[in-house]
Amino acid sequence: MNVVAKTETGRAVGDGFALVRDRLPGGGKIADLRREAFEAYERAGLPHRRIEDWKYTDLRALMREVLPLAPRPDAAALSRAAAATKPQLIGGVRRLVLVDGVFAPSLSDLGNLEKGLTIRPLRELLDAGDSALSTQAFAFDNSNPMIALNGAMATDGVVIEVADGTVLAQPLQIIHVASGGAPAAMFTRSLLRLGRDAGATLVESHLAADVATAYQTYNALVVSIGDNARFEHVRLVEDAFDAFNISSVNVSLGAHAHYSTFGLTSGAGVSRYQMTVTFAGEGSRVETNGVNLLNGKQHADTTLFMDHAVPNCASREAFRAVVDDRARSVFQGRIIVRPDAQKTDAKMMTRALLLSDEAEADNKPELEIFADDVTCGHGATTGALDESLLFYLRARGLPEKEAEALLIQAFVGEAIEQIANDALREVAIATAQRWLEARV
Amino acid sequence: MTLRKNVMSLLEVKDLKVRVEEREILHGLSLTVNPGEVHAIMGPNGSGKSTLSHVIAGKPGYEVTDGQILFRGEDLLEMEPNERAAKGVFLAFQYPVEIPGVTTWNFLHAALNAQRKARGEDEISSPAFLKKVREVARSLNIPQDMLKRGVNVGFSGGEKKRNEILQMALFEPAVCILDEMDSGLDIDALRIAADGVNALRSPERAMVVITHYQRLLNYIVPDFVHVMSKGRVVKSGGKELALELEESGYAQFEDAA
Ligand SMILES: Nc1ncnc2c1ncn2[C@@H]1O[C@H](COP(=O)(O)OP(=O)(O)O)[C@@H](O)[C@H]1O
Ligand SMILES: [Mg+2]
Repeated sequence: MNVVAKTETGRAVGDGFALVRDRLPGGGKIADLRREAFEAYERAGLPHRRIEDWKYTDLRALMREVLPLAPRPDAAALSRAAAATKPQLIGGVRRLVLVDGVFAPSLSDLGNLEKGLTIRPLRELLDAGDSALSTQAFAFDNSNPMIALNGAMATDGVVIEVADGTVLAQPLQIIHVASGGAPAAMFTRSLLRLGRDAGATLVESHLAADVATAYQTYNALVVSIGDNARFEHVRLVEDAFDAFNISSVNVSLGAHAHYSTFGLTSGAGVSRYQMTVTFAGEGSRVETNGVNLLNGKQHADTTLFMDHAVPNCASREAFRAVVDDRARSVFQGRIIVRPDAQKTDAKMMTRALLLSDEAEADNKPELEIFADDVTCGHGATTGALDESLLFYLRARGLPEKEAEALLIQAFVGEAIEQIANDALREVAIATAQRWLEARV
Repeated sequence: MTLRKNVMSLLEVKDLKVRVEEREILHGLSLTVNPGEVHAIMGPNGSGKSTLSHVIAGKPGYEVTDGQILFRGEDLLEMEPNERAAKGVFLAFQYPVEIPGVTTWNFLHAALNAQRKARGEDEISSPAFLKKVREVARSLNIPQDMLKRGVNVGFSGGEKKRNEILQMALFEPAVCILDEMDSGLDIDALRIAADGVNALRSPERAMVVITHYQRLLNYIVPDFVHVMSKGRVVKSGGKELALELEESGYAQFEDAA
């Protein structure tokens, strides 16, 4: 059985990795890094609730096991994937499609790259032998078992470089599609490097063919933002309702850089998004906005770690959740302000709207401040829709569900408005709208 | 005049008893409103005027323990608030709420279409809607940019009240209940609001004007005046009753209750 981990023991079945080794690109140094990563994962096993960082999201209970690696997509899988992406196409973006964890050139657009833009599939980069770039793609923290597992198992991904001074006019889109073969796991790892004074917009979409059900998708994205560069990052999770999505992003910023990100999760049965942002240069700013729209028995966890390592940087985290039925939304936000990071301005706000008695929102803010001249704060609210507002709308003729939809739309809209790119903002609005219409 | 009696009333409140949190607020209140009539309900603070208006509109949290409310002979208490609105019941709130993130335009459009849909009518097109709202807004001195803002967000007291009357004009209800429309308005704002209400008076439409002060009734002249005290109507009469109250105050009725 090529199953990678079992819950009974919480330990990995070592031959799972050995069995698929020949499908994992990268020799030399990368092979060593993969082995180390797998050993790190094997020591820890699937994270469970007794590990503080995972107390709300016990993968041993929720996931039980890591499924076997998905086979390389065949022609039928590719055509199902193509059909799945069709209704989701965003005009004017450059599409990069990963099907079942494998880059699909036939569905992707690599033609006429703007000057200063390089895009390569991860597999191609690794096949070319060790390089500074390949090492950077695998320089993730093995102390997080799910990141370690991803490092060990990643089959493909995209490696994007934007040269110094290049500001991309066209947004990039990475689409992760599950084609809906037998339930399986897919692992991807991507790298985005923005040079000095560069600029880019990236949207990551997670979706699935209609027939896809209980698959698992594991993704890691490494982003480095050069001095004076700016990066806008949108993420839309619309995976199948019994799928698992475990994604990690690691962002580091140079000086006077700007990173703004917005995530909308309405799909996946269980999802975990773990983001680490490190300020490595002064005068930079980060805005992270997120919205969860959950119903049924969905479980969505967003875990952010904001590392203020240098002075004069600002960060804003604003996270909203709309939770219906028996769904659960988890937000963990940790801000660390290291001793040197004077004049840090860090704020975190979470707001949850619970639409049913059984819905749950967990919020764990953590501020660790080791510098004295800083402005830091966090706030949180959790509650139901305001009855007096609902009554006002109903007294004007709106049926209950429509009145609720209008108020939810307003709640979510304030977050979506933060997306600077018009096309992407429209897509996020439409996604939220679909969720609301499904409720009425 | 026997024929008149057989014609169905627009709104009939019969022996209404209402509790809030285990406490009875209305103790058997009756009121009959026919098309074309304007009724004023006057009474001191706490006499139950807003409670009556809320129960008619269908606000949750009130327990009707006895009595009936009929609208064109139909049991209003069986209907959802939105059904009541679609049938033609309109309450101009004493304290209109602020709804951030929902623009007044969107709100008005969604509400009007919801009412039309409930009545089996076609949705109103955007251009027709725009035209209609613009006309009404102009007559009430409501600037266009107010309609782009969140519902009542950052509106002054007078603006909120004018927004209520704007909705009343737009929805064209059969019964309008105006709860303390005059509170917080200066004389100019009051005049604009009252003109808006008077413009809507018609032989088919009835109004119930709830107020604490006689002043409003100089601008909206009622056909009937009812005095409420401690959850009951203690006296009914013509418009001269309002003047009588102005002179002698509510004290004389406190004992009657
Ligand atoms: N939600 C409520 N909970 C408890 N008591 C209430 C509530 N609403 C109204 N009351 C009480 O009912 C009585 C009548 O109130 P109200 O209808 O607002 O009177 P009015 O509008 O005539 O001033 C008052 O004594 C008030 O305190
Ligand atoms: Mg009142």
